[in-house]
Amino acid sequence: MSGIIGKKIGMTSFFDANGKYVPCTVIEAGPCVVTQVKTNEKDGYTALQLAYDDKKEKHTSSAMKGHFELAKTTPKRKIVEFRSFEEAKNLGDVITLDMFAEGDFVDVVGTSKGKGFQGVVKRHGFGGVGGTTHGQHDRSRAPGSLGASSDPSRVFKGMRMAGRMGGDRKKIQNLVVVKIMAEKNVLLIKGSIPGAKGSYVIIEK
Amino acid sequence: MSLLLDYVKKQLATEVAHPKFKAGDTITVHYKIKEGDKERIQQFSGVVIQRKNEPATASFTVRKISNGVGVERIFPIASPFIDKIELNKVGIVRRAKLYYIRTRTGKAARIREKLQTKKA
Repeated sequence: MSGIIGKKIGMTSFFDANGKYVPCTVIEAGPCVVTQVKTNEKDGYTALQLAYDDKKEKHTSSAMKGHFELAKTTPKRKIVEFRSFEEAKNLGDVITLDMFAEGDFVDVVGTSKGKGFQGVVKRHGFGGVGGTTHGQHDRSRAPGSLGASSDPSRVFKGMRMAGRMGGDRKKIQNLVVVKIMAEKNVLLIKGSIPGAKGSYVIIEK
Repeated sequence: MSLLLDYVKKQLATEVAHPKFKAGDTITVHYKIKEGDKERIQQFSGVVIQRKNEPATASFTVRKISNGVGVERIFPIASPFIDKIELNKVGIVRRAKLYYIRTRTGKAARIREKLQTKKA
């Protein structure tokens, strides 16, 4: 699966040629540099390691400086490995948006926004109690029963309860590429994608 | 806001040649409506009570009283379905969003008109 690393910039919308209003996410994607080619003989599996987004040399460890020097490139912030990249690439190759065309379907991977400690209604879509009458007074968003009584005498594993929500790796599949602005390395994808503005995303083709 | 987002919005923005209007003005929007494969034009005229958002995604709200009921319609400025916009009256108002007009009816809901001087 080919792919590229990018950064979520924000959202906007426009009217397309058919007069449809298209909401879209703006992603700055690439150029990425191949910083390592993993092979079956040496590493036990094949993969392509891509790096994106420049960072200062003083914020880079000596070990990583050496790693980037091998690929003859500047230090980068984000490094992602892609298994089974469709085209063969060599160390130091630059990957740009060229692989995408308008109308393509892509998958986007990102880290969803952290929501903090959330109850079951928001976190798992529970319905809540549904009324404040019949003796209920302050539990309209409570989960209700966690299970039966003396028969299991315990709560089953995986019972959905309140807890930390968001901040997970999420993949949204089959999003349409609506526009490409290659001169600024910008990709416009229909709809929303996980994560905050400025967060890194992986676009898989 | 990010410069890159500004750039993208500028690229996406479509040039529309509508007359200048602001909140308080009375306008008529000629709106194309598709019925099956036929297209006709419907007019919606009333007072502009707000203009919203930056150029790329801008919209405006028009309010009128229809059969005693207040009706508001929101149009995106870049909409290709807007055939044309007619500026009927220029109003004198002291704020950009005229939400207060919703609570008023009749004479209290009037807006002072800016009279145009005839150009010789």
